[in-house]
Amino acid sequence: MAQVIGVPKETFSGEKRVATVPEVVPKLAKLGFGVIVQSGAGEGASISDEAFADAGAKVVADAAALWSGADIIFKVRAPSREEMQSMREGQILVSFIWPAQNPELLQSLAARKATVLAMDSVPRISRAQKLDALSSMANIGGYRAVIEAAHEFGRFFTGQITAAGKVPPAKVFVIGAGVAGLAAIGAASGLGAIVRANDTRPEVADQIRSLGGEYVPVDYVEEGTGVGGYAKVMSEGFQKAQRETFAKQAKEVDIIITTALIPGKPAPKLITAEMVRSMKPGSVIVDMAAEQGGNCELTEPGKVVVKNGVIIIGYTDLPSRLATQSSTLYATNLFRLSEELCKAKDGVYNVNMEDEVIRGTTVVKEGAVTWPAPAPKLSAAPPAKAPAKAMPAASEKKGHGHGAGEPMAAKSLAIMFAAAAIVFVSIGLYAPPAFLGHFTVFVLACFVGYMVVWNVTPALHTPLMSVTNAISSIIIIGALVQVAPPGEGARPEIIHWLAVAGIGLTAINMFGGFAVTQRMLSMFRK
Amino acid sequence: MSASLAAVSYIAATILFILSLGGLSNPESSRRGNLYGMIGMAIAVAATVFGPRVTPAGIPWVAGALVVGGAIGLYLARTVKMTQMPELVAFMHSLVGLVAMLVGYASYIDPTASAGMSPAEATIHHVEIYIGVLIGAVTLSGSVIAFGKLSGRIGGKPLLLPARHWLNLAGLIAVFWFGYQFLRAPTLEEGMTPLIAMSVIALLFGVHMVMAIGGADMPVVVSMLNSYSGWAAAATGFMLSNDLLIVTGALVGSSGAILSYIMCRAMNRNFLSVIAGGFGGESAKPASKGDGQPAGEVISVSAQETADLLKEAKSVIIVPGYGMAVAQAQHTVFEITKRLRDMGKTVRFGIHPVAGRMPGHMNVLLAEAKVPYDIVMEMDEINGDFPDTDVAMVIGANDIVNPSAQEDPTSPIAGMPVLEVWKAHNSIVMKRSMASGYAGVDNPLFYKENNRMLFGDAKKMLDEVLAALKG
Repeated sequence: MAQVIGVPKETFSGEKRVATVPEVVPKLAKLGFGVIVQSGAGEGASISDEAFADAGAKVVADAAALWSGADIIFKVRAPSREEMQSMREGQILVSFIWPAQNPELLQSLAARKATVLAMDSVPRISRAQKLDALSSMANIGGYRAVIEAAHEFGRFFTGQITAAGKVPPAKVFVIGAGVAGLAAIGAASGLGAIVRANDTRPEVADQIRSLGGEYVPVDYVEEGTGVGGYAKVMSEGFQKAQRETFAKQAKEVDIIITTALIPGKPAPKLITAEMVRSMKPGSVIVDMAAEQGGNCELTEPGKVVVKNGVIIIGYTDLPSRLATQSSTLYATNLFRLSEELCKAKDGVYNVNMEDEVIRGTTVVKEGAVTWPAPAPKLSAAPPAKAPAKAMPAASEKKGHGHGAGEPMAAKSLAIMFAAAAIVFVSIGLYAPPAFLGHFTVFVLACFVGYMVVWNVTPALHTPLMSVTNAISSIIIIGALVQVAPPGEGARPEIIHWLAVAGIGLTAINMFGGFAVTQRMLSMFRK
Repeated sequence: MSASLAAVSYIAATILFILSLGGLSNPESSRRGNLYGMIGMAIAVAATVFGPRVTPAGIPWVAGALVVGGAIGLYLARTVKMTQMPELVAFMHSLVGLVAMLVGYASYIDPTASAGMSPAEATIHHVEIYIGVLIGAVTLSGSVIAFGKLSGRIGGKPLLLPARHWLNLAGLIAVFWFGYQFLRAPTLEEGMTPLIAMSVIALLFGVHMVMAIGGADMPVVVSMLNSYSGWAAAATGFMLSNDLLIVTGALVGSSGAILSYIMCRAMNRNFLSVIAGGFGGESAKPASKGDGQPAGEVISVSAQETADLLKEAKSVIIVPGYGMAVAQAQHTVFEITKRLRDMGKTVRFGIHPVAGRMPGHMNVLLAEAKVPYDIVMEMDEINGDFPDTDVAMVIGANDIVNPSAQEDPTSPIAGMPVLEVWKAHNSIVMKRSMASGYAGVDNPLFYKENNRMLFGDAKKMLDEVLAALKG
């Protein structure tokens, strides 16, 4: 029996996202699932009921009908107390859960004998990237953070020289270059700002640069990469050096966007009240870690506050503020998860606990709490692999076959000259003069060929081969002079026939070669 | 025609041949270059036929043979498909090899050829015959096998006989020994035996040499055989004391040698190791199974999604490989290119030197499909542009876009120059399956986050992409 996926309207106040979008509905149907959607579910994300209906979903009037009619529930926010009431025994729930923060929720879900897949618990391994909803939401959040900052900020982001005077570009400092941080760097530099960024993991420096940001290192040596590519808690000495770096940046920049999070811990306090005081009036801080307590001491979660003339944005619903986009990406993440859960495409979830990704994501299995899952075996970025080693090895190899421009080693050059000298001397000693004349011509022709062919453009290598091939049918002369030479001697008849055959065969080559070269060359056009 | 006039005509022909090769330095002058080649050839043939060394009695024979051979040649040139160019070239090389053998034998049998020579001259003459036949035979059998491999009549897998290097060495020694016998032979009949024995060994050697070389090394082999056919002509020139043959043979020979060298460098391989054959056969496999195994998942897309990616891109680089040639997809590729260019996108092509089975193979295919050559770039020209490119589309290529050549020093292809498609914002790889490339090395590109795989026959998939672009 094919299962039915139900998508209710989100009840959390201010939540505009919806767990599936019309584009994804046919894809789910292809996996064999039926889809029902609560009327008005897509309102916040500007998706009408008709759009859902056109895509093949059944629209039901209210939440009660939805919860009773669905086997699988797709949600964005963890279910509220009321929603829990309408949950049926054995129902499958896919949603953000945050099991670490909500232990009671987990217990009551278990009590309902539900199976729960938490989108925030998807293991950080390469295979699971396509269903990593945290990353897709963080990406949106990072973008939106810049937009919010631009909204509050009193100036342009980009520098301009106008008739009315010069506008300096805004300086943006991004703390934490995870998915959200990188998205913020990209968005801010796209708006024309000067972007700097810091992260405790030094390997992200290249990623920062690739998005147009400038990496600001902390002058202290410590490896900051924890398991799964997340950051970890740093030592006291490092934190001191880090504060100094941030304090210096705070004085210079106009906008600070903080994204620093450590899994399972409150957000580190990186921006002190004193740093805020040192910032220019009108500066903006966007604290993306507000929900976990904030990276800035003065952040008030969910609000915009002004402290000492500095605007501190502590919105906790940044992805929801871009509801259409985040709904689309989240819906795709859920679809990818469904693909993993329904490999047979028969419209039935198979919660296979042997599969590392599904094991990690499942927090309650048929009433039994299975959270937390054992740590993933593979880190997305293999730790402490020295990429620097690769380079010298590769450049050493280049010496192989002495390329143009790289002078040959003196030793092999000397050997070559010596060998050539021996060959020349022995020819000079023993060969008759007639041969030497030909030999001279031969050697010089080789050099001419060498000089000429290096100038041939690689695009014409095939015509070069076919034309040289045609030219090498000059060997026909060898056959021609044997076909009927003057001065009748006692020549066996066979020579004549060999010569005629030779002429015929070379003629194929000669005419064919030139003709095909001509055909090819006439095709090269601008 | 006097002997002097014939000699002057030869000089003219020589110059025309050099100009012909020189003309290939760019597509504009190349057509004229080919014309120079034809004129040079016509002059050389005419000067020989009407010169002092051919009596009028021979002219009907010459004309007849030229007409028959020429007709076959022109027919082949008209009908060959551009994707079959490597086969045709290999086939023609084999003809040169065969003729070099025929001329060598004829020259040996001909008692007038060595009449009036001093003993030293006679020895040199015999050495020249011997070498000419040797090179001719290797060219002949090698080219025939290459033809078979390129046209799919013989499997592309390298055939590796046990102790193959020793076999080759034994063959070489035997060739020397027979050469000694040949020079010592007092009569024609006695000399014939070692000459024939050597020919057989040389033929076998040619077969063995090319059989041991796998599909992707074919560009090297084809250009090497091209070189051999030149040396065969040069050796014939020495044998007949004909400078025109020597010069032309040397030109062709060095041209082929340079091409082989360029191809080897493009694969970061030593010429000898290519000839010795068996890429990754025994030693490389364990290395690729190490901890460098790419982890992660391949994301496959549909033709529709590919078209969407292309529609959203501002700049696109297409990297074609042998798969495009096999599927004959170049015309569809051009249709897509035209469509995208009409939409105002920048579309360019990145060609790796060893893409395909012959030097410059991809360029010819794209030219056939009327892709303008100024958007077809060489690897070095375009590699720096990938980071600013939205979509890099790889069509039927694998090893030439393998990042492990740069990233993994233990990889068998480490250090080989590759097209850096993974630096583009997105890359799409069209492939029939996940099978590893010729080098037997897994390609971490497929597992990169910004890479998408479009599985299926290149032609069919591209047709669908084109339809989706139009729709």
